[in-house]
Formats: sequence, C-alpha cells, structure tokens
Amino acid sequence: MSGLEATHPAGQGATSPVATRRAAASPIWRGGLGAASVWISAAALTVLWPDLTPWARTSLLATVQAVLGLVLAVLAVAAPGSRRLARIKPLAPWFAALPVILTVWQVLTAKTGLLPLPFFPPPQSILEVYTDDSGRLVESIVHSMLLLLPGYLLGGLAGFGVGVSVGWSRAISYWAHPILRFVGPLPATAWLPVAFFFFPGTRSASTFLIALSTAFPVAVLTASGIGSVSAGFYDIARTLGASKRFLITKVAIPAALPHVFVGLFMGLGASFAVLIVAEMMGVKAGLGWYLQWAQGWAAYANLYGALIIMALLFSGLISLLFAVRDKALAWQKGMVRW
Amino acid sequence: MTVALASTVANDAAPGLALQIRGVSHAFDTKTGPLQVLDDVTFSVEAGEFVALLGPSGCGKSTLLRLISGLDAPRAGKLGADGVRIIGPDPSRLLVFQDPTLYPWRSVRQNLAVGLETRGVARQQAHRVDEVLKLVGLEAFADALPHELSGGMAQRAALGRVLVNDPRLLLLDEPLGKLDSLTRMTLQGELLKIWQTSRFTSLLVTHDVEEALLLAQRIIVFSDRPARIVCELEVPLSYPRHRDDPTLVALRREILVSLGHGHDL
Repeated sequence: MSGLEATHPAGQGATSPVATRRAAASPIWRGGLGAASVWISAAALTVLWPDLTPWARTSLLATVQAVLGLVLAVLAVAAPGSRRLARIKPLAPWFAALPVILTVWQVLTAKTGLLPLPFFPPPQSILEVYTDDSGRLVESIVHSMLLLLPGYLLGGLAGFGVGVSVGWSRAISYWAHPILRFVGPLPATAWLPVAFFFFPGTRSASTFLIALSTAFPVAVLTASGIGSVSAGFYDIARTLGASKRFLITKVAIPAALPHVFVGLFMGLGASFAVLIVAEMMGVKAGLGWYLQWAQGWAAYANLYGALIIMALLFSGLISLLFAVRDKALAWQKGMVRW
Repeated sequence: MTVALASTVANDAAPGLALQIRGVSHAFDTKTGPLQVLDDVTFSVEAGEFVALLGPSGCGKSTLLRLISGLDAPRAGKLGADGVRIIGPDPSRLLVFQDPTLYPWRSVRQNLAVGLETRGVARQQAHRVDEVLKLVGLEAFADALPHELSGGMAQRAALGRVLVNDPRLLLLDEPLGKLDSLTRMTLQGELLKIWQTSRFTSLLVTHDVEEALLLAQRIIVFSDRPARIVCELEVPLSYPRHRDDPTLVALRREILVSLGHGHDL
C-alpha cells in the first residue's frame, strides 16, 4: 500500500558495521584473558603464601582458582567470536573482581588472621564444608525445595483465582476485599504457632503458610491488574459480540498478566522468608534447619556455606520466574519493564 | 427487489444498515450533578450512506456513536437499526476509536481474528483475515505485535479488525484524529475506497471540516455541549473530490459560519 509510514520492526538492534569490524579485528577476548590472569595470580598467592595455621583445603582452593583461570583463558583465546561468549563478555570486570575479593578475604583470614576465628572462616574452610558435608547439604536443599515449590504453586494458583474473582466481580470484591485488606498484612510467619496447632503435621502447616504468603500479594496484584484494564479493551470485545467468558479469559487476564507477575515475584520473596522460619521453628529438615544446626555447633563455615547456597538457589528461582515472565510477556518488549 | 437480491449475490457483501435516531438525549452523572451531552437529537441515515457528524471536540458526538453501537443506553429517545430498536452491541454495528486499542499481546493477525473468535467461526473463516490484511495493506505485518506498528499501521489494523466481520454499519469515532497529515490523507482515500466497494453505511464523527467534506455525502453539524443538531448539508459531489473544489470551499464557509467561526482571524 502507501508505505508512507511503514517502519520495519526488524530494523532495530542491528550491530553497526564499525562495531563488527572492531570485533573481527581483535582475535582474542582481552577482558577474559585479563580475568584469567587475575584468577591464576590468586591461585599462586593461595599456594605460595602459607596459612597461619594450615587449612585442609588450601590446595584445593588454589586448584579451583587455577582451573577457573585456565578455562577463562582458553575461552578467551579459542572461541572469542562465539555467540554464547558474547553474552558473558560484559561480565569480564566481575570475573576479574571475584578472585580479588576472594584473595582479600583469604589474606584477612587464613593468611594473616586479622579477622578472628571462628566468626570469620577463610574461603578454604567453606570449600571444606562443600566437600565434607555435601550429603547433608544436598538433603537439605531437596527438603527445602520439596516444601517450597508445592506451597508456592498452590499459593500462586489460589491467589490468582481469588485475584481474578475480586477484580472481576463487584459482589465478591465487596466481601473479599476487606478481608484481604485486614488479614493480608499479617506476615504469614505470625500464623506459625496457630498453624502448627491446627494442622496434623509441621509439613502441611508450613506448606499452608508458604501458600498463604504467596497468595496474598498475587491476589492483591491480580485484582488491581484486572481492575486497571483499559475500558476500551472491553468495549472493542463487547461490540464484536464477546461473551463474559471471553472478556475474562481473553481480555482481562492477558491484560492483567504484567501485574500478576509482579505479585508472583513478591510472593516468591515472601515464601522464602516463611520457608526458612518454618524450617527453623518446626520442620526438622531443609536449609533453614541446617542454618540453625550449624549455629548450634558454632560451625560458622557451615553457616556461611549454607547462606551462599541459599543465595544461589533463591536468586536462581527468581531468575527462573523472570525467564517465564519474559516468555509470557514477550509482547511487552520495548514497553515499561520492572 | 430483484435488483437488490441480484446485487447482494453479486457483491457477497452485507448491504448497509439504515439508522433511525429519534429524540435522543443523554447525560452523565458527575460530582456536580448531571452533565447533559446530547439534547433531543433526531436524524436518519439511509442504507449505504456516508454521513459525517461534525462538531467541536467534546461536544457529545462520540457519546452518540456509543449509543448507536449499543455499548450504552440513552437516557431518553429511541435508536433503531433497520427499524429494530438497538438494545445492545451487535457485530453488524462496529466502532473504530480514535485510539487503535489493539490488544498488545496479540499479533496483527490475531487482533484481526478477535471478532471471528467471539462468534466461534475463527477456524471456518480464517481466510477472511488474510483478505482483510491485504485490503488494509498489512500482509507484511501479519505477525508483528502492535507495539511494532506506526500509528497509521495500527489504525489500519483497527479498521481491519472491524472489517473482518463484514459490518453493515461502520461507526468511525475520529479514527484519523491522531495521525500526521500525510498518513491521514492516505487513509482517508483508502477508507473511501473500502466504503465504495463494500457499501456498508458509514457514520464518521470528526471535528475536521475538510475531512467531513472530502468523505461524506451528507454532513450533520452539531453545536457545542450539549450537542444539538445545528444544520444538515448535502455534499453534491462525486468521488474523488478535490480539496480546492469551489463547491467544497463554499460549503466549508457555510459550515464554519454555522459553527460561529464565520470571521477570518
């Protein structure tokens, strides 16, 4: 047709010829090579500077650092143009900073003892936790996930259902909204003693509380998402003869989905808190329990080791949620993100 | 009768809908009391006619279109389509808004298919989507998402979403109001062409005197709020029309006078 206002959607994001030429001209990934040298230096320092009191895993730490350095070096030299590598290339400063942080930590603890034991264990002692207590840690991770995931999924579904009903129906909103507003702000952990009393076991009680902590933000945000759908979207569908069912499933819910994902994100954070507290208070398994057990033995290396695993696990779950969101909300690309 | 039947068969397009507006008044409840937007509006539109409703912005013309579409019910008066009272929305009477209001989560093709889905004929009539994509010049963008479209393309998609359903009455609520003047001129021409081939009835709300004169066979001029009919003019010209045609210039002057803008600045 006219083509007057035609702008091709694929026109954006193409690499400029200048950038391509520069990348082609440089046969190695300099940042990666730099980071590799820092890792290898850190490994050398680990071996060459003797520990104040010898630690069992100092040589393993040095090996791990050296291997990481070698892997980076190989990647930097052998495959500098690969597509996958292009994604991690901007992280080169972080790859270089990590061994520096590890070294500072090691120097302050194992090498000089400036930070006192047992509160400040060196990195090699945390490595020791992973090699020597891996069985208990893996078991704890499995227990935590088996408690968290069913509760989270249950709560997410329930919250979504409640949110859609409250957002759509004025009658349901009249009764449910005040209850949500009144009971919702109570932290789910406050229910813990009551839940342990009412439920047959600590496990079912904890699952319920995790579901509760997830459901509240999901319900509130889903309802507000459905409430804020542009009236024009409904008008269009109504003139085209849409049924109520079409209006809910094909207009209201897709339009509210960005809000739903904010709720799922907040619910995930809340569910982590409930999980750990529940495991500390009642359920005698999982990472929360491991933390408490380690504290009871003043095993600070185990404590930090478990915290690091927890951070990796929880941030991994959040990344997973974001990946699902990016897939479900691909149509939003270029619009406002959070 | 035989002629009408023959043309229906030959065109395969639904003939236009005749419209009867009788003593329609409407008001909105505001904090300071009811706000009268339409005051005793009466007019008729013949089947297949292209009529423009012209008046100052915010005078209540868009409200009238919503009433005709069946989205809202009037406070007083009757609206009829082919002599049957309008009591709710119907896919034979479709609206195109000033904003394209495409569903951002659906591709252009899926947006065009919405009406087929609501009527449960998406599978059987999928070919209609392709036909209309071609008609509005969006074949190349069938799988694009709304945020990838320019304003003009989005409005074409919105028009296409309506045309897929073979409406008998097209209600155009300033559909070109937000477009740049070049795109606007292009789309005016395309709209006219589509109307000439499909012969549905068109009711165009606009505050652009020139647009009304270029497109409509008849112009109904409304006063400022509450909207009341000031006058009605026939535009006795065939298409395509030229902006500088002396008849149009004279009519333009007449309309501006009736709207209280008779003097030059």
